[in-house]
Amino acid sequence: MGANGHHESFPWKHIIGFLLSLVLTFAALWVALSSGLPLKAVIVIIVLFAIIQASLQLFMFMHVNESDSGKVQTFNMVYSFFIAVVVVAGSIWVMQFVL
Amino acid sequence: MKWSEFFVTGEPLIYAADVAIVLTMVGIVFVLTYFKKWKWLWNEWLTTVDHKKIGVMYIICAVLMLFRGGVDALLMRAQLTAPNMKFLDAQHYNEIFTTHGTIMILFMAMPFIIGLMNIVVPLQIGARDVAFPYLNALSFWLFFFGALLFNISFVIGGSPDAGWTAYFPLAGNEFSHGVGNNYYAVALQISGIGTLMTGINFLVTILKMRAPGMTLMRMPMFTWTILITCVLIIFAFPVLTVALALMTFDRLFDTQFFTMANGGMSMLWANLFWIWGHPEVYIVILPAFGIFSEVVSTFAGKRLFGYKAMVGSIVGIAFLSFIVWVHHFFTMGAGPAVNSAFSITTMAIAIPTGVKIFNWLFTLRKGKIRFTTAMLWSLAFIPNFVIGGVTGVMLAMAAADYQYHNSYFLIAHFHYVLIAGTVFACFAGLHYWYPKMFGHILNERLGKWTFWLFMIGFNICFFPMYFLGLMGMTRRMYTYSDGLGWTPLNVVATVGAVLMGIGFIVLCYNIYYSARYGERDMTGDPWNGRTLEWATASPPVHYNFPVTPVVEDLDAYWVMKKKYGGFHVKEEDLKPIHMPSNSGRPFWMSVAFFVAGFGLVFKWFALAIVGALFIVLGLILRSFEDDDGYYIPVDEIKRMERAARKGA
Repeated sequence: MGANGHHESFPWKHIIGFLLSLVLTFAALWVALSSGLPLKAVIVIIVLFAIIQASLQLFMFMHVNESDSGKVQTFNMVYSFFIAVVVVAGSIWVMQFVL
Repeated sequence: MKWSEFFVTGEPLIYAADVAIVLTMVGIVFVLTYFKKWKWLWNEWLTTVDHKKIGVMYIICAVLMLFRGGVDALLMRAQLTAPNMKFLDAQHYNEIFTTHGTIMILFMAMPFIIGLMNIVVPLQIGARDVAFPYLNALSFWLFFFGALLFNISFVIGGSPDAGWTAYFPLAGNEFSHGVGNNYYAVALQISGIGTLMTGINFLVTILKMRAPGMTLMRMPMFTWTILITCVLIIFAFPVLTVALALMTFDRLFDTQFFTMANGGMSMLWANLFWIWGHPEVYIVILPAFGIFSEVVSTFAGKRLFGYKAMVGSIVGIAFLSFIVWVHHFFTMGAGPAVNSAFSITTMAIAIPTGVKIFNWLFTLRKGKIRFTTAMLWSLAFIPNFVIGGVTGVMLAMAAADYQYHNSYFLIAHFHYVLIAGTVFACFAGLHYWYPKMFGHILNERLGKWTFWLFMIGFNICFFPMYFLGLMGMTRRMYTYSDGLGWTPLNVVATVGAVLMGIGFIVLCYNIYYSARYGERDMTGDPWNGRTLEWATASPPVHYNFPVTPVVEDLDAYWVMKKKYGGFHVKEEDLKPIHMPSNSGRPFWMSVAFFVAGFGLVFKWFALAIVGALFIVLGLILRSFEDDDGYYIPVDEIKRMERAARKGA
């Protein structure tokens, strides 16, 4: 697909992305407000939903892998995520003995 | 504040430096005025956005900083030559080892590498400039004024004195009262911003501006190492930025991030510093590997052996470099699980590095080796770096590190990797690409003198330090008592340091000698090179390539020479060339950074705010600027091409 976009077909991707986003948002709302799960479980589940929704939007709406630099962009995000985990989780682990 | 507190007083050495600085400044102003060069300086250099000129300025600064850091080193060696020396007192010694380390890493190695990459990378990929030329100028001037701010500390206000690692709580207000460590925090911040911009700039340049046909796997090895270095810069430098910002808050506004009292966590500084610091050492060593790859391949007359394995191992090293940082503080007490994990990742780095060493050796095998100066540095690199690497694996063993930690064994190790790696590479690259920078060749005879003096001096200086470390001499001690048995080896080390100093003087003389009598390079390809930078004139015309070259394989220029007898340009193919305009704003914005930084160092907040306002003004002016550069007409290109090829 070109950078300026073609409009020959129905935007299925956007519709599906939109519906899934709605489902995920309401699911998160339900889990938090009326599922009755323990607090820790609620936090884990809604964080997971958030990550799924963020990646969904990146691919469905923001076409992260479709431009000429798609590979670079994807690599960039995965690597950023890796570094963020290393820095944050690594620091907490390393500094555990003084915490 | 009194003037006697503002200026550093009481040391004859400092007064001598004061006089030297004033005389140098008067001299520069006089020469510029006498020869009516102010306008030339402004138009040709201070406002330039040409990557080659920016690279040359980086290298000039790096050589000056090598002088400064080298003088620091010689002062330290003088003090340590004999037991109970009274040459420097403890405080002065602390300041000198701190500035030596900081300057050598951040204001010598970094700009030398960045200078070479500025000059070479756009030429190697067949581009006319970097992706963001204006940003590139800003990067340079931020580095320059950061370095200037750091360097004035020894005559104004006092130098930082807590080591180049500036560990808390020593570097905090609780133990360091003067402005010295403020200089550290602010000056590194300013030049760090410049480095971060350079990383982004070259990443985009390499990904987006390669000549047609140059796929990633056809890029010259130096460009590959720079690409990965940029990734390291982009991911590592923000950690330094944040750590320095917290340090600045702690020192200026009495926050308690790293303090002993009030729930501060002083060890977190060491942790953050090395999360940046370990990738940082790979930021200065990976480009060195790239330079050696180019030089070895050119002067062995062979394609680089194991190109794909080389690329793989650079990527591997870059990945591992982010997960080894704890080996800098095994003794902090994080426990066996943490130490073992980081011990293993650290040892793992030896594997891709070993792959690279064997690739260079196999490139040399059956090659027709030409022993030029650049090649000598590269050949000397291999055994010397291996000594540094192997002792690195010894240090990587956490249990054993409790013996080696912060001893002279460590000092010897990291000088063996940083000098034999980065500094040898800088000299190799300087000799190799000198014709591209200035149009003449650095004298080979003098170059070889520098090489032998420096290389032998380096080994005489640092090899004894391994044994001094094992004998119990620790890092950063300003003197030692008689009867410990350390004196003979310390005398030997000082002799080596003096030899290195003489080598540096010969290099400086060589630069002068070659400028006057050096052999002009009329061909643009003095070494029978393999990559695209040799397809241009020496020095290249400011637009680099009259038409964009088309790349058919790895070693693009070599292929062109074999297939078509060179890089030929037909005059009818010429089209107007789009080039970026010069701008004075990066310069004065960086001056504003300097003023703001100076204000912060002395807690003169009014001055800091004035500087900050000018920074914002610069950003606003740039945002509303409507300058898309200019076109060079075809006739002008024809004229310039003929002039360049004639060597005029």
